[in-house]
Amino acid sequence: MHELAIAQNILEIVQQSVPENQTKSVRGIRIRVGQMSGIVPDSLDFCFSAIINDTHLQRARLAIEQVPTLSQCKTCAHRFGIEDWVFTCPVCQSTNLELISGKELEIVEIELADEGDEAI
Amino acid sequence: MSVITIERKVLEKNDQLAQRNRLFFEERGIFVLNLVSSPGAGKTSILEKTFLELRGSMRAAVIEGDVQTDLDAQRVAKYGVPVVQIVTLGACHLEANLVQDAMRNLDFTGVELLFIENVGNLVCPASYDLGEQAKVVVLSTTEGDDKPLKYPSMFLNSSLLIINKIDLIPYVNCDLNRLKNNALQINPKLRIFEMSCTTGAGFPEWCNWLKKKDVSSL
Repeated sequence: MHELAIAQNILEIVQQSVPENQTKSVRGIRIRVGQMSGIVPDSLDFCFSAIINDTHLQRARLAIEQVPTLSQCKTCAHRFGIEDWVFTCPVCQSTNLELISGKELEIVEIELADEGDEAI
Repeated sequence: MSVITIERKVLEKNDQLAQRNRLFFEERGIFVLNLVSSPGAGKTSILEKTFLELRGSMRAAVIEGDVQTDLDAQRVAKYGVPVVQIVTLGACHLEANLVQDAMRNLDFTGVELLFIENVGNLVCPASYDLGEQAKVVVLSTTEGDDKPLKYPSMFLNSSLLIINKIDLIPYVNCDLNRLKNNALQINPKLRIFEMSCTTGAGFPEWCNWLKKKDVSSL
């Protein structure tokens, strides 16, 4: 539901990270989105493509990598993927868990077309 | 193709501002709770009843967040509590910069406790740190015992759960034990209070907990 606000944050960070004369060359923006980040990838993609229309970034596309929810049991050290939001160790039933991944919402890298690529 | 590696959190700006808010509160010893729930769960009623109970023993302040109107601020102000209303004009959650603006307009003299009442929404406010010590999710029995399973992120990101309107349990389709189990399955560390603004049930325990400002137990 707040994917539009998130898309605007991404746009801002990309504009800060790429020299102004190169923003037209941005083609790809690699994003890592955790399963528990509360972000719906399709919706984020839609919002992003809507807000870049009037900017120099209009040829940029999001490449969204979804990160599964992984956890490690602090009691028996078992590592496992969380399914259906059940935060209990399947081996020893402990609820004392450490979350390893799943909450990410990060920009990893930005891909720019080189001058030679532009002709294609 | 050339690649610029940046590895930046999308919400870094919000998180930095939230951290600045948190430092402001910690320096002044103000205990800050971010109240989240769906619309109508009873956040404002809980605040009203809490202020009656705390009268004379603990000075509190409130930042209200709503999409429209200052109706909630008007309700809370009747209890002599400093309050600032944020009207988001459509946005479905509060962000740290809005809270910072509101803080500038609040008189924190003698304030020990600040409630930030978020926009009624069980999804988006879960993603935004405002600088609070803890998120408190309020769920009323009329919403049904399956809500934690439907909106897990909010329950995972909260430290406390207030189950409100427990006086209505005989009349609604809500199994209190099932509700608690559903919430604890997502977040086994949740501290649960069972309350009713109508009967006053649970308020002495809740207010005793507030007075202790026991952050370490969260």
